Amino acid sequence: MNPIDPTNLSSLSSLANPASSVHAALEPHALTVVWFSLIAVLWIGYFFLEGFDFGVGVLTRGLARDRRERRVLINTIGPVWDGNEVWLLTAGGATFAAFPEWYATLFSGFYIPLLLILICLIVRGVAFEYRSKRPEERWQRNWEHAIFWTSLLPAFLWGVAFANIVRGVPIDADGEYVGNLFDLLNGYALLGGAVTLFLFTFHGAVFIALKTVGEVRDRARALAGGLGLVTAALAVLFLGWTQLGTGTVWSLIALVIAAGALVAALFANRAGREGWAFGLSGVTIAAAVTMLFLTLYPAVMPSSLNAEWDLTVVNAAATPYTLTIMTWVAAIATPIVLLYQGWTYWVFRKRIGVQHLAPDPHGPTDGGTGPDTTGPRTPDAPGSPDAPDRVPTA
Amino acid sequence: MDPTAAATAMNLTGDLVGLALADETLARWQFGITTVYHFLFVPLTISLATLVACLQTAWVRTGKDRYLRATKFWGKLFLINIAMGVVTGILQEFQFGMNWSDYSRFVGDVFGAPLAFEALIAFFFESTFIGLWIFGWDKLPKKLHLATIWMVAVGTVLSAYFILAANSWMQHPVGWTYNEEAGRAELTDFLAVLTQNTAVAHFAHAITAAFLTGGAFVVGIAAWHLRKGRHVEVMRTSLRLGLVTVVVGGLLTAVSGDHIAKIMYEQQPMKMAAAEALWETEGPAPFSAFAVGDVDEGRNVVAIEIPGLLSFLAHGNFSDPVPGINDTNEALQEEFGPGDYRPNIPVAYWSFRWMIGFGMISFALGVAGLWLTRRKLFLSDRLREKAADTERVPILALTRDGELGPTLSRWYWRLAVLTLAFPLISNAWGWIFTEMGRQPWVVYGVLPTSAGVSPNVSQGEVILSMSVYTLLYAALAVIEVKLLVKYAKAGPPELTDADRNPPTRIGGHDREDADRPMAFSY
Repeated sequence: MNPIDPTNLSSLSSLANPASSVHAALEPHALTVVWFSLIAVLWIGYFFLEGFDFGVGVLTRGLARDRRERRVLINTIGPVWDGNEVWLLTAGGATFAAFPEWYATLFSGFYIPLLLILICLIVRGVAFEYRSKRPEERWQRNWEHAIFWTSLLPAFLWGVAFANIVRGVPIDADGEYVGNLFDLLNGYALLGGAVTLFLFTFHGAVFIALKTVGEVRDRARALAGGLGLVTAALAVLFLGWTQLGTGTVWSLIALVIAAGALVAALFANRAGREGWAFGLSGVTIAAAVTMLFLTLYPAVMPSSLNAEWDLTVVNAAATPYTLTIMTWVAAIATPIVLLYQGWTYWVFRKRIGVQHLAPDPHGPTDGGTGPDTTGPRTPDAPGSPDAPDRVPTA
Repeated sequence: MDPTAAATAMNLTGDLVGLALADETLARWQFGITTVYHFLFVPLTISLATLVACLQTAWVRTGKDRYLRATKFWGKLFLINIAMGVVTGILQEFQFGMNWSDYSRFVGDVFGAPLAFEALIAFFFESTFIGLWIFGWDKLPKKLHLATIWMVAVGTVLSAYFILAANSWMQHPVGWTYNEEAGRAELTDFLAVLTQNTAVAHFAHAITAAFLTGGAFVVGIAAWHLRKGRHVEVMRTSLRLGLVTVVVGGLLTAVSGDHIAKIMYEQQPMKMAAAEALWETEGPAPFSAFAVGDVDEGRNVVAIEIPGLLSFLAHGNFSDPVPGINDTNEALQEEFGPGDYRPNIPVAYWSFRWMIGFGMISFALGVAGLWLTRRKLFLSDRLREKAADTERVPILALTRDGELGPTLSRWYWRLAVLTLAFPLISNAWGWIFTEMGRQPWVVYGVLPTSAGVSPNVSQGEVILSMSVYTLLYAALAVIEVKLLVKYAKAGPPELTDADRNPPTRIGGHDREDADRPMAFSY
């Protein structure tokens, strides 16, 4: 057992007091800036990648005309959605390790919105994986409903959460969130939610146009045009509001890049340059997230009650020792992750259309080619013992 | 946090009323429910990834259909399972901050890094390559596709290491210092956190237990088919693979568990005394087979004991004394001040027994099965004749000439199917023991559990989230089990030419068949 001073227990009282003079006395460390930037990068990665996943999920309603088209949409992200979601887990873990105070205040403070997001992510993952596992129409339709709602809600809620972080929330001298749920539902935050919802849906539409063939592709492009315009209007309003509030020259540059990229994405989409349109909508997301982080710095969670109670890159940070280890690991692991995750996209680079869908394993027209043909039609019948092992001589 | 409040809360730990009202109680229940549930899927994911990879390797090397069919069959069940493991894992990453924010503030500098690395190194690996494996049958050459499932297997094991190193730090904090000014634990030696004996032992125990679990899963389902004489070729291979996994995994689980016990007597004497309901220090100390205790009086009312065995487990001889609960409690009071440092003794005592008991039963059934199915007798023509009659089951060879009687045979097959469940129960109790036995500490000897809970999350909010998680998890459990049963009953799929002839280049087959359907789509 690691012996500790019994007075430790009483000194735990300072544990809930991150913004005390103690923390302010900590010297700013270059690595805190590195990790502030890396966490921004992780969120950019998450919103870039899961952004179009959410968009595709939302568009299963509205863009797809029938079940087969809906299947096409789901399969455009089939091989990649799970890897995309890990960006969120890494952002969460990195925040925990690099800025424990930020992690603790944010996650306990935004309890109900995060609960909603978690429920959505849980149901959504299961929905992708289980939807095709049974033939009944009701089963598949239910999971499709689930995919729609569990994509729409987080796409909106992440915007609400980030807008609130930027705007500042009631944080007391101990670094605890002391507001309630309704403090999070202000006009600025709701606008932020609308921006992410539309931006991700637009991003999803250009992704679908890039990844599909046939009618779906044409309709996705047409829809992206309209969605992009709405997104542009909302984003300019939201980012402009942000800039007027706490903006700097740097955040203004990011704002201009975001707006420019969005407009360029719209033109590229209209011109049928789908790769460019997708890349540019990605730049829009990256620039917008960058702008939010630039307006935050050096705070990570400003307090709306008293500027001295802000959680900052200094008072919320882990020790230089921990940050050093994390920097080394991240420097080695991140390029490798980018390489193999990028490779996945290359492997699945082919566009898909309704003709590419694997025959429905449960369908009647499936002439014994699907992986599940020995399906449980007569699960309990005492069948001939060797029949199921016979291999068709095809 | 007022220190006297912490001490008061700790005093109340043994008191049922106090326990029900304590701030951390609901958060603990939620953590317990969601974590035990998550861990139903984790060991299956770890072991099935490797078993499926082994089967696919056998196919790539031999080209035999039965290995590919087995790969696809167990692969499908693996995927149904891993989906649940993945989604319930997201919650784990968030829950520390949401419900244990003061814990997170206190330990983040130490505890956060392994979690971040788990995501960055292991989760990316697992999640990216699982996508490649699921959708890659007609996109990747044979050996490259095989490599993806091995990558998934490596990812699951790496993930286990990081999270167990983090948990081991809660059991036995090393490589850290207390920063009084900042009021938190700070990392001083990360290598010590990753390589301390507690972490290594817990990793060995969890991984071997995972293989016991996966082996038993395979045995249970293979036995269900064989008992009915179905899919004999694939299921016999699977049954033998499962039985070997159960026996090897079970043996190593016991060895690593014994090693943990010895470490724990040094690092957490209270936990092991509680596991044995050993109230007073005794030398030689007996192993308790059954006990009914009186927690208030600090003694057992009924006790059936095996003399000296506990000394052997702790020290490797039959005479050295093992400290009892009452003495250890007094020692802890001297060290940390007044308070009750005993965990819930009945929970610790019984969870320890159920962990070992269910583990041992599955191991014993595995050994019996390995012996009984060692000859192909149970696959002879007589089996096939009898299989039509559902009351009869495959014959089992007891000795070279003698076979097991029909009643015993029937019972063996029945138990073999049930084997599936035993390690899952054992795993759950194992974690309940490890975590409950550490109480009243969340970080042993450093931070009381009552000081870790989020002060700004209301009881109402926790009740809401706990109810939602519990209901959602229950509904998903029903859906998952039904799907597993459906696909387990369906048996291995027939193969097509496309299955047997994967592409030779990355990205798929030739250019001319641009409209070729995918081998798999959601």
